[in-house]
Amino acid sequence: MTSMTLNAGAAVPAQDKTNSATDLPNKPATESTSVKTQEDIAETVGSPFCDEAKLRMRNVNVFYGEAQAIHDVSLDIGRNQVVAMIGPSGCGKSTFLRCLNRMNDTIEGCRVEGDLTLDGEAIYGPKVDVVPLRARVGMVFQKPNPFPKSIYDNVAYGPKIHGIASRRAELDEIVENSLRRAGLWDEVKDRLDKPGTGLSGGQQQRLCIARAIAVSPEVILMDEPCSALDPIATARIEELIHELRENYTIAIVTHSMQQAARVSQRTAYFHLGKLVEVNDTETVFTNPEHDLTEAYITGRFG
Amino acid sequence: MDMHFDQHISRQFNDDLESLKTEMLEMGGLVTRQVADAVEALANADSELAEKVLKVEEDIDRCEMEVDEHATLIIAKRQPAASDLRMVMSVIRIARDLERVGDEASKIAKMAIALTDQGSAPRGYTEIRHIANAVRKMLNDALDAYTRFDVKSAMETLAEDEQVDMDYRSAVREMVTYMMEDPRSISRVMNVLWTLRSLERIGDHAKNICEQVVYLVQGADIRHGNEQNLR
Repeated sequence: MTSMTLNAGAAVPAQDKTNSATDLPNKPATESTSVKTQEDIAETVGSPFCDEAKLRMRNVNVFYGEAQAIHDVSLDIGRNQVVAMIGPSGCGKSTFLRCLNRMNDTIEGCRVEGDLTLDGEAIYGPKVDVVPLRARVGMVFQKPNPFPKSIYDNVAYGPKIHGIASRRAELDEIVENSLRRAGLWDEVKDRLDKPGTGLSGGQQQRLCIARAIAVSPEVILMDEPCSALDPIATARIEELIHELRENYTIAIVTHSMQQAARVSQRTAYFHLGKLVEVNDTETVFTNPEHDLTEAYITGRFG
Repeated sequence: MDMHFDQHISRQFNDDLESLKTEMLEMGGLVTRQVADAVEALANADSELAEKVLKVEEDIDRCEMEVDEHATLIIAKRQPAASDLRMVMSVIRIARDLERVGDEASKIAKMAIALTDQGSAPRGYTEIRHIANAVRKMLNDALDAYTRFDVKSAMETLAEDEQVDMDYRSAVREMVTYMMEDPRSISRVMNVLWTLRSLERIGDHAKNICEQVVYLVQGADIRHGNEQNLR
């Protein structure tokens, strides 16, 4: 799972000229919403917390070198819940998502502060090994990124390295199950030895989802999983998210407001590195509490 | 809360919403005129004016269909959310109420024609004028509150419906008493009663429009006595 180039730029604030992580582009945080400043966003409105939290984040601050990308964000993600994170480019939603399985560790100069827990265990605890952490908290990226291996090996790779299965029969079962759950089995069952990169974009993305669920994660993070897909492939993945919710906790970053409205139970709106509003998805899309949320989801100048 | 329907990044969307609202308000203007004309035709035994009301009714039906069609297109093309969505929904609902006000105006026009044929009723014109003035004002004020996104004024207008209902009931009692005293007038007084009934219904529709002002501005659904949802 290497995708540092995919969304790394999404969290760089506008004033950042001294960023030590030079591989990050210094693009302005937001073009259309620059009227409001960070000071205008006092604190998160709505209900950022919930009773049965799978992931619990408190007072999270993230820095890229000197520049602060996330400002004091607190949020719960409930068990078997889909939480959508929306907001303009550069608002910090992807950065925040990547804190949840420590994907930001690999970015030089990136520093995460605050309390982040998975089932009550500190994600950034000193003794935490990120490899099993990322097995528990899987991730699907914007661009499908299958390994340059066969379809079978793409799915079998995780269970093998995590020691979940070793015997061929066990692996076969995991591969078939994962591909079935990802809605891909019927399309690929006769060519499992063919390269995963030979599939169509939508199929590749479902292969990546199959790969992610093959290691039986508890949480799946999705960073704009459908942005490169056509409406049919998108509908398949949304259907899949709906089914996966029974067993997994899902956090999804999306630029498609309609997608957020369709797949999630709760929606979090980020703006300039702050969490502006968290509410039931129904509330956010019919009667949002914060003016900034309203402006964003209705396509107004903020 | 400020409602900024002219601040979309897509100017086309601004225009679409604006013209949808304008269409509905023009329909409102037409309907308000119809009520005035129908009452006027009845009071002055002017069957020509009553016939005109019946003819304009067709335009109002067409207005409702156009508003619906344009609202449907906006939903299909823009997938409106939040206040935009509430604007579209409220316009559809108000257009429906306005169309029904138009129907009531037509009924009054028919009563006017009947009374012109049968000779005027012995009683009831004062009551009709009184209630007609009240509901016409309600209708005007409701549409005005909608244009100004004015919840306070919408709630004030909404409250006036109670008085209209009271006036209606007392007028009905009076007409019933009169019919008992003078059974020969029953058929003509019945026309007055139907007219009063139509006017009372128009008051209800004006009240519905006020509820949509609240829905548009606050997102709160206060219909069917749920005023506790008001913020």
